[in-house]
Amino acid sequence: MDRFLFLTLDGLSRGAVYAAFALALVLIWRAGRIVNFAQGAMAVAAAYVAYSVTAATGSYWLGFAAALLAGLLLGAIVDVAVMRLVDHRSPLNPVIVALGLVLLIQAVLGMVYGNEYLPAQTPFSRTALTVGGTAVLSPYDLFVFATVGVVGAALVWVFTRTAIGLRMRAAAFAPEVSRLLGVNVGGMLTLGWALASGVGALAAMLVIPTGLGLHPHAMDLVFVSAFTAAVLGGLDSPPGAVVGGLGVGLLLSYVSGYAGGDLIPLAVLALLLTVLLLRPGGLFAPVTARRV
Amino acid sequence: MSATRATAPPSRAAAVDPARPGRSLPTLVRHLAVAAGVALLVLLASYQLDSFRNFQLATVAAYLCATAGLTVLTGLCGQLSLGHGALMATGAYTLALAQNALADGGRTAGGWLVVSLVVAVLATVVVGAVVGVAAARLRGPYLAGLTLAVAVVVPALTVTFDGVFNGEQGLAVPVAPAPAGLGSYFPHERWQLWVAAAATLSCLVLLANLVRSRYGRAFRAVRDDEVAARLAGIHVARTQVVAFVVSAASAGLGGALLAVLAQSVSPGAFGLTLSLFLLMAVVIGGLGRLAGAAWGAVLLVALPDLTHSLTNLFTLSPAAAQRLEGNLPLAIFGATLIVVMIAAPGGVQGLLSRLTRALRARWPVGRS
Amino acid sequence: MRSTARRGLVIATTLTLLLTSAACGADDDPGSGAPVPGVTDTEIVVGTHMPLTGPASAGYSKIAPATKAYFDYVNANGGVHGRKITYNIVDDGYNPATTQQVVRQLVLQDKVFAILNGLGTPTHTGVLDFLHTNRVPDLFVASGSRNWDQPDRYPNTFGFNPDYTVEGKILANHVKTALPGRSVCFLGQDDDFGRDALAGVEKILGADGVAARQTYVTSNTNVAPQIGAFKAAGCEVVILATVPGFTALSVGTAARLDFKPQWVVSNVGADLPTLSRQLGDAAGLLEGLIGLNYLPMQGDSDDPWIQLFTKVNTEHNGGAEFDGNTVYGMAVGYLFVQVLQAAGKDLTRESLVEAVRKGGYQGPGVAPLRFSATDHSGYGGGRLSRVEGGEQRYFGPTYETDEADGPVNEYSAAPVPPPANGVPSA
Repeated sequence: MDRFLFLTLDGLSRGAVYAAFALALVLIWRAGRIVNFAQGAMAVAAAYVAYSVTAATGSYWLGFAAALLAGLLLGAIVDVAVMRLVDHRSPLNPVIVALGLVLLIQAVLGMVYGNEYLPAQTPFSRTALTVGGTAVLSPYDLFVFATVGVVGAALVWVFTRTAIGLRMRAAAFAPEVSRLLGVNVGGMLTLGWALASGVGALAAMLVIPTGLGLHPHAMDLVFVSAFTAAVLGGLDSPPGAVVGGLGVGLLLSYVSGYAGGDLIPLAVLALLLTVLLLRPGGLFAPVTARRV
Repeated sequence: MSATRATAPPSRAAAVDPARPGRSLPTLVRHLAVAAGVALLVLLASYQLDSFRNFQLATVAAYLCATAGLTVLTGLCGQLSLGHGALMATGAYTLALAQNALADGGRTAGGWLVVSLVVAVLATVVVGAVVGVAAARLRGPYLAGLTLAVAVVVPALTVTFDGVFNGEQGLAVPVAPAPAGLGSYFPHERWQLWVAAAATLSCLVLLANLVRSRYGRAFRAVRDDEVAARLAGIHVARTQVVAFVVSAASAGLGGALLAVLAQSVSPGAFGLTLSLFLLMAVVIGGLGRLAGAAWGAVLLVALPDLTHSLTNLFTLSPAAAQRLEGNLPLAIFGATLIVVMIAAPGGVQGLLSRLTRALRARWPVGRS
Repeated sequence: MRSTARRGLVIATTLTLLLTSAACGADDDPGSGAPVPGVTDTEIVVGTHMPLTGPASAGYSKIAPATKAYFDYVNANGGVHGRKITYNIVDDGYNPATTQQVVRQLVLQDKVFAILNGLGTPTHTGVLDFLHTNRVPDLFVASGSRNWDQPDRYPNTFGFNPDYTVEGKILANHVKTALPGRSVCFLGQDDDFGRDALAGVEKILGADGVAARQTYVTSNTNVAPQIGAFKAAGCEVVILATVPGFTALSVGTAARLDFKPQWVVSNVGADLPTLSRQLGDAAGLLEGLIGLNYLPMQGDSDDPWIQLFTKVNTEHNGGAEFDGNTVYGMAVGYLFVQVLQAAGKDLTRESLVEAVRKGGYQGPGVAPLRFSATDHSGYGGGRLSRVEGGEQRYFGPTYETDEADGPVNEYSAAPVPPPANGVPSA
């Protein structure tokens, strides 16, 4: 039972990060119908900015803030300088451009920082607190949960309670009508990209210290897990992203704890197949499954 | 494969595509004539080029099977696949197992390779059918997610079942040398090119016929508008499964040819990166045309070569070299990819057709 | 239609004629008097394939530049028999498909004399047959796989690293003699590295001598389930057959689970500078870690080899950060120059391979090199090191053993110092 509890908590804390990253994918998908394959590379770039700032100032929190800012900026830049220029008639074109961005960003990071792992700091201890002889969550895990929770709540608030959130939703769902009503559709799209990229940067800041360290490829695997999570939950659904992220985190933890790490990909495929065959638009798909 | 069955009647073909020259020839004959011409060209090239270029061309041929298959699926039928690297792996591993089984049975003559290739294609057809049935229910990013998972799972299986697939290290593939009749100093790479080119050309002729057949038209109808296609009496799901199976068979053949060329298979060669690069290759080549697939295959092979040449081009201080080596070519490739997609969304083939059209408009005399 | 056919006929005829002319006179016997590929009176061109980019490049991307730096040093000192060594480093990103391409390019197009220190088991295994068919010397492969030691099948291929089973036996021998009665557990990479190392451990401790076994895959960077299982099993000693990233990850994960076993780490994953860099502020967790090595310890500034290599690193490697990978790369370069010297002035591929087979090389390594006509594996042992006060130091004797059931013996030959000018002589 101890082991089950341990694996559950470990899986949830990993899953929270996948949820945040999946949320970033959902944001861009909702705003522009693009699966942003460059999300991982962009987030790593922001984390490198944090590394430089922390190294220069000695403050983790200044680095953390710098990463979020860099994430927001990078998202806006990518939208305005790259994605806006891409011909969106074929849905594949933005995908390929995003893959090109991945190559470019990772190569530039490799040139600037080298291809070695750099240490990534945590603001709180990662040593687990022990309750009744069982190691449960660490302060850092609690920080992760809290951060992801706050970000999730903030996004919900922005989209449902603020005028700008309403305009963003309108611009995404009915761009022509919104334009007629005086909404700056392009600006809303850029804002969406910036927000998503900021959330992605946050997720990178949270997850990189728990992995091998900072590296141009540090988010590759996280991207795959988070994309899976987003697809599971349904790309149109923010709650779906959270549920999908936590689910994938738990699955990874249980499989590698009880069965062996080499079975993880197979388990993920099995989960994905089961869910998608029952619900082809993901768990939280809107009722109208097929758009004509 | 059902490709040869459905040769369209000439009048129909002309009606569909009146701009096509040589319209009085049956499609199959025209494709065979083109294939024969290309075969002759390859034969000539195999003597003119050095061994390394021969090997590169052979690798292009192997990748061309996969990119052509992906073009049929994504370009013609409109289904996205991030998992074609895994299908290539299926073909490659099946070929390796078949060749090893044959060698164990003492059947080492070169002709048995054909049997192994057929087995490899059949195995991939089975896998392709399974994935295809699931894929036919899914659209857009959901299909991408599923095929991405397939791309990750298949190489990982070689580690899970390392008793059969020998884990990360992979399997050796015994391949017979060139027939003795060609002379004792016949370069092995030239023989490899002949084998790969022969297999690929057969595959392309079948695909080209399929594209011009009623299946090809059904593919395009489904891609352009599923509802309209259904109203026109096309069974959408079945059409998509057929496209997936055909595409998988081609990818399987490509993977098997790669295994023959490398004389080994290992999971690292068929990772997610390969699947993503295949997709990049077909889009950059020009989605929707088999000629575009050829450009894509060339690109896949030329990339490491360019990397190598670029690295040799500069003489840098050791400190700078350590940072730039490897990274610089990738950065250039990434930037080129972005610029090409923005400037020429039709890819290389789209650009070429645009050029040709412009030239023809200017000098219409050359047409008669 | 008629004009199309006629045009086609003309093209076909032309092609056939061209083809016939091309076919005649091709494929000549290269002949015995032909020059040796990659060797002129002033130059020897050697090639290697390495991961310079991609996830596997961390650490490894420093090896080839270090080797090149040593060659540049030798070149600056007059070269070998008047020839300068050119080292062609190509990036394969640890992708076996790319390795196929770039190695053929090196051999067929760049016409290198030999392939030196190609890195990686899956990558290099794929090109063994090609190199064999083309009779290219394939020296000092950078991996501890036993694939390289097949003199009958691949007579031109030689290893460098001690194989993983040898390492496993020596590590287990230390556990058995110095830490008797402790509960021993094992974490290994899920490939031949982990498997061979575990085989070596079990040869010494017996199959029931290992209380818990776990594996990891490089595609999942969470080892908490495995480490949690060790803690639950009450492990006191954990033997790791891990790459550096996962050594650091395991140590860090154990610390946050409040689990403090004695770590015993195979050579590949025990380089202190690499581990400290990754752990950052948590590098203190590495105190007491026992590792295995067979080359001079990177931090031992009293060692004459380290002094030589540090000098070379400053002069020819742009003063790159000096760690175990740097030492490794330069040791490979030194051994290659030794072999070139032994092969003599009339350098051929045959004379080079013959020189390796003759064996008897003593260089920076503390353990014996095993090269002979029947043994193509590299180093046959190693010495244990411990991290104390933030420094990694050797302790105890050097051990040697084989990959079969032979005993683990002490190896007593004294290490040799480098020659005064740092370049081996004939």
